[in-house]
Amino acid sequence: MSNARQPRSYTLRVWRQPSSTTEGKLVEYAVSDIDPDSSFLEMLDHLNENLVKKNEEPIAFDSDCREGICGTCGVCIDGRPHGPIPHVTTCALRMRDFADRSTIVVEPFRAKSFPVVKDLVVDRSAFDRIIEAGGYVSVNAGSAPEANMIPIGKDIAESAMDSAVCIGCGACVASCPNASASLFVGAKMRQMVLLPQGAVERKHRALAMVERMDREGFGDCSNHGECEAACPKAISIENIATLRREYMKAIFR
Amino acid sequence: MNTPRFRLWSSVGKKILTGLTGIALMAFIVMHLLGNLTLLVGADAFNGYTESLHELGWLVIVAELGLIALFGLHAISAVQVWLDKGKARKQHNSLMRTKGAPSKQTIASRSMIVTGAVLLVFVVVHVIQFRFGPSIEQGYVAVVDGAPARDLHRLVVETFKNPVWTGIYVAVMLLLGFHLRHGFWSAFQSIGALGPKLRPLAYSVAVVFAVAMAVGFLILPLYLFLFASVPSGAVAMAGH
Repeated sequence: MSNARQPRSYTLRVWRQPSSTTEGKLVEYAVSDIDPDSSFLEMLDHLNENLVKKNEEPIAFDSDCREGICGTCGVCIDGRPHGPIPHVTTCALRMRDFADRSTIVVEPFRAKSFPVVKDLVVDRSAFDRIIEAGGYVSVNAGSAPEANMIPIGKDIAESAMDSAVCIGCGACVASCPNASASLFVGAKMRQMVLLPQGAVERKHRALAMVERMDREGFGDCSNHGECEAACPKAISIENIATLRREYMKAIFR
Repeated sequence: MNTPRFRLWSSVGKKILTGLTGIALMAFIVMHLLGNLTLLVGADAFNGYTESLHELGWLVIVAELGLIALFGLHAISAVQVWLDKGKARKQHNSLMRTKGAPSKQTIASRSMIVTGAVLLVFVVVHVIQFRFGPSIEQGYVAVVDGAPARDLHRLVVETFKNPVWTGIYVAVMLLLGFHLRHGFWSAFQSIGALGPKLRPLAYSVAVVFAVAMAVGFLILPLYLFLFASVPSGAVAMAGH
């Protein structure tokens, strides 16, 4: 491990697609002088700086917070959303986890419902429309209510939080052989149904979110469970079981 | 606010339907295997068992129609899931790899549509072979409780004395094992029955169930092929 701190070099094969209406292809780039402790996105920044210097079009990719909490970044790295390491987003992935001089394939989060905007940037607004359909609680505007007015057990609050950690990155869809959004929809439903505030619109939420999910063209779930492995927040497929229960209960509510 | 309706043919509705029919079909094959194990006891035990089923009369028709509905709904909803999958991702990445545990993506889970299709064809052939195969009128007569009954045992033994049929049945039962390895736990997940404690249990029990069903069924043709004596009536029928 004597050269663990030595700068590394890689061969990248990156999906380049000028626009949503044009064909794309994998293009090979050589990157060198990469600090092993730099993040995957910093490595792409480094490549982009060189492309700009050479008067070439930089690679378009999404990112915002770069600390793993916003859900904006996300690419498929060697066939896995957010790369080979579990429970990290692409921005939190470090180049020390990629062997020196290795070839890395970088492709977008692929689904019909996530059309490519440019290069590695995909349009994930289908997720927003599912939330608009039912992933909310209606509250009266005004001053914030007293926090402890509705008592909620810590275990329930924690359990709801296990679903609410979803950052909506779309890795579940990208990892799914069927391009299903079941884990996202399940998490966004379960975070509400466990809490009294979410009980009011429960039936409408279950029916409306599923209807919207289907209308957006996401695939059906086959219980491969790949989404749970790909999720940077380790959200369990228990949320998908909840989604099914909620949908069934909607018949009787 | 327009209230959307429950739809059986929504993505989630289809899963619930596939799961419920899958659970019912699993219950059926358990009963089917338990009944078939009488083949290991002998001709009288097996013919006595089949005749006791036959004596149920119109209930047999109800059960048969029910099974056709179960197999049909299970296959149609599953094929629909598979078709939607094709529509949901037109362009594929050059690489798609599993991230490992806790992923439950296996050869079994990826081949459900293939193993399912083979099983469906098999069920049709199997029913033609035995349900609609030669009966009393063709001379397959046994005596059960002093009365003439269909000698299904003879038909079964004749069939599995043929190495081709035994080979086909053993191969298909191995595929049944693969189908159940994913199908057992997946069916309960599909109806939302698996919480954090039950899911790992169901995932492990699925292996036991799959092996039990596959081995339980495939030893029957193997046993008959290797050890059963050719029924006396079959000698006269040979060559026909």
